Amino acid sequence: MAEAREPDVSANDPLSARAETLARIRSANRASISDARTLSAEEAWRKIPRNYRDAGLLTESDRIELFTERLREYGAGVYSSQPAQVAGTIAEILQKRNKQTMLLSSDVDPNWLPQTGARFVSDNELSYAEMEACDGVLTGCTVAIAITGTLGLCHPSPLGRRALTLLPDYHLCVVDSAVILETVPEGIRAIEPHRTQPITLISGPSATADIEMTRIQGVHGPRVLDVVIVA
Amino acid sequence: MRIALFVTCYNDTLFPEVGIAVVRVLERLGHTIDFPYAQTCCGQMHYNTGYLPEALPLVRRFVDIFRDSEVVCVPSSSCVGMMREHYEKIALASGDKTLQSDVSALLPRVYEFTELLVHRLGIEDVGAVYPHRVTYHASCHSLRNLHLGDVPIRLLRNVRDLELIPMEATDLCCGFGGTFSIKNADVSGAMLEEKLQYVQKTQAEVCTACDNSCLMHIGGALHRQRAKMRTEHIATILGSDSISPATRKDAY
Amino acid sequence: MTPTSEREHQPLDFPSAALPLLHDAQMRGNVRHATGVIQGKRFRVVGEMPDWQLLREAGRQIRAHSLDYLDFYLEQFEQRCTAAGGHVHWARDAAEANRIVLQLAQNPTGRVIKIKSMTTEETGLNHALEAAGIQPIETDLAELIVQLGHDKPSHIVVPALHKNRHQVRELFVRAMNLPHLGDRPEDLAEAARVYLRQQFLSTPVAISGANFLIAETGGVCIVESEGNGRMCLTLPRKLISVAGIDKIIPRFRDLEVMLQLLPRSATGERMNPYNSVWTGVHPGDGPQEFHVVLLDNRRTEVLRDPEARETLHCIRCGACQNACPVYRQTGGHAYGSVYAGPIGAILTPQLALMKRGQSLPYASTLCGACYEVCPVKINIPEVLIHLRGRVVTGRPRSLRALHPEAIIMRSMQWMFLSETRFRLAQQFGRIAQRPWIRRSGWIERLPSILGGWTRTRDLRPLPPQSFREWFQARPRSAIESASKSPPQVSPESSEVPHG
Repeated sequence: MAEAREPDVSANDPLSARAETLARIRSANRASISDARTLSAEEAWRKIPRNYRDAGLLTESDRIELFTERLREYGAGVYSSQPAQVAGTIAEILQKRNKQTMLLSSDVDPNWLPQTGARFVSDNELSYAEMEACDGVLTGCTVAIAITGTLGLCHPSPLGRRALTLLPDYHLCVVDSAVILETVPEGIRAIEPHRTQPITLISGPSATADIEMTRIQGVHGPRVLDVVIVA
Repeated sequence: MRIALFVTCYNDTLFPEVGIAVVRVLERLGHTIDFPYAQTCCGQMHYNTGYLPEALPLVRRFVDIFRDSEVVCVPSSSCVGMMREHYEKIALASGDKTLQSDVSALLPRVYEFTELLVHRLGIEDVGAVYPHRVTYHASCHSLRNLHLGDVPIRLLRNVRDLELIPMEATDLCCGFGGTFSIKNADVSGAMLEEKLQYVQKTQAEVCTACDNSCLMHIGGALHRQRAKMRTEHIATILGSDSISPATRKDAY
Repeated sequence: MTPTSEREHQPLDFPSAALPLLHDAQMRGNVRHATGVIQGKRFRVVGEMPDWQLLREAGRQIRAHSLDYLDFYLEQFEQRCTAAGGHVHWARDAAEANRIVLQLAQNPTGRVIKIKSMTTEETGLNHALEAAGIQPIETDLAELIVQLGHDKPSHIVVPALHKNRHQVRELFVRAMNLPHLGDRPEDLAEAARVYLRQQFLSTPVAISGANFLIAETGGVCIVESEGNGRMCLTLPRKLISVAGIDKIIPRFRDLEVMLQLLPRSATGERMNPYNSVWTGVHPGDGPQEFHVVLLDNRRTEVLRDPEARETLHCIRCGACQNACPVYRQTGGHAYGSVYAGPIGAILTPQLALMKRGQSLPYASTLCGACYEVCPVKINIPEVLIHLRGRVVTGRPRSLRALHPEAIIMRSMQWMFLSETRFRLAQQFGRIAQRPWIRRSGWIERLPSILGGWTRTRDLRPLPPQSFREWFQARPRSAIESASKSPPQVSPESSEVPHG
């Protein structure tokens, strides 16, 4: 692209904006990359050094402990349970939190649901108002990252719509210890097969520090997050 | 060892006691000091202000003068930083192949004064005596360009009768920044004001550093406020012994 | 060049813009507090990463690689995003981007909801929307504060850090008609939650920026804390994301590096509360119409400069601002630009083709703190120096040689190129300074441009003997005996005689 005259952008058609931008990029890169691109993008990408930590070092119990500690630092409630006792644990938590109506995401195992206490509502094309009217949402978790206390949720499969974990004020998440990985690279690679789906990574309840750098829990997303770790 | 001294233009002109102290310390350690009189300036001011072409002849001059020196000692980390960070780039921009190879060959032999003592000569105790309360300002270039770390602190700890007082935010920039202190005099003054709070909080008698540029800045404000503290380049502290302080005492 | 949206008039230069801010004790206190808190948190969570430097290097290389293959990746992004049901638009400059958004944003409510976006700040989108009768509602708490106060963001990550809780309360009381609102941050956040929830549910169009565009999938990643981002990109029918062409990363997997570097650098958290990734349109979930506007706005000019193109590595974490001792004093508004602090000092003048913001590359002591904390290793001091060079060479040819600074630099160089001249200058200085030396023995006031120095500091005068004069004058015997042992230098010879 010659430096000569700037084009009159006001009289353009969209196609030329695309062509012109790409041409400007190519010309700029030709002018400023000293070693011309001899490799394909793929080959060059593979040459990027990735000698950072991408494997966990901890035992399973230490990994769970780290995950627990990190979640608590974000202000999340953490409970441990066993496969056969999940329903009981959930019943206890819901009673303690006084939650009557809970939305269900589609990855919830029916065995997790207590028989008494709260009412559970599946997402049968609920309106946003109906979702909002629920006290909270109960979900599973596709992948979890211990070092950052992160819950990885993939939508719509297996979890359901994204709005489920957004509109209610309370999120109760059941995490199978088998999906807890130690490092961020392990977590991202485990989510990678879902990469074209909507993905939400949640690390603690929503928060802001916009006013005087004071951390406040709960702005627009769920204000309270509880996590049940099933080991 | 024959050590060539590049005293730097502003030490030469404004702070001769620094060069004198360097000579004293190194000779005391049994070394011979060369001072090539042709030396002037490393070109930092020109380069940092945006005058690369004007800096080039100064770079060339420095390289010509010190090309054959075994070791070059520079009592200023910002000048050494200038050389290490930019000389190769300037040489490359000049297109002069000889200059490029000269620069690459010379740079590994250029040392900041405290670095020379600790890293090249392996000495942490120079036998100095300095009966004062001293605090240390970690100048930006000593810290982030030269990565001196605790090298100056180790030297100071071994000075007899010296009480080293740690400074909070020792690595906070004093706001000098060469022409910055002129072009952005008000912001520079505000930065200095904050730095000074930490400096004075130590209640030391002397604030030291590896750069006289920062010390000129801090010292200028201390003097303006008629503070009880003064500034002293680390070389003059290391050059002091029981019979003769190396500092320019009458200046205060 | 066609105008970008940011005010084209020449804003105040940095020293002039900074001056009133230096007297704003309230603002300076807030900025110091906020940057101090984030710095401390960052220091802690970066310190616990043994592989931080390896991550930085990987991050730098991912960003450099993305730019080297930018045309390839943008086309790939376009193709994948389109295949996933999204629409990709290209905009050469801010005006073009705004026009595209305006056409798409029309809706019966006359409102759009917005996620904090530096890029739409850069294009001045809100003004364009308002001019077209569309009300943009900022949903990030800090941006809402800025918007209600008819203010400008002062920090990339914490745009309202110059406001304290009392000032925020005042704004909310008026805008939301809540006379009894408390001033605890919790009260203020609750008020914003209630105020905005209705907007999220009733506004059909949302506008966002993007933290990363993922070429491999055509996906977009948004990193946030409050959940307003999730609201905007989940609830409305239509979503428009405006992103600089530099936001591209090659693959989904590259998030494993970026999502470690960004949160720790930006807010000092191990991970921010919410990261969202979506790709085009997802039937039955979220907006059913999705548009991406890819914005150049002179980024290709930055790309053209081999010494400065690394500016585009920036992932907008704001760590350089928190670390910068200059920013710490002035806050963001002194930079006269959306992009403040060290990154603003290099980005702003380049995006203005060096025609505005020429004072910004000089708004730094080159202390290097910004480079040290930059998660993608942008050597900001080096770029600052390079841009200073461009400022100097960019002066009109007729004025270049006559510029006072150029004259001083040439004279100094002429002096330094001869030992004789240097000696004479030293001797001349000793004479010339005499009238300025006060009774204290120091110089307390200097004329013209040097007067800036003596506004707050004194200057020690030149001593009567330079080092070279001392060295030359010392007895040969001293040198001989010094090189033998025992070393002994007499005090007389080592002291500078003073007159």
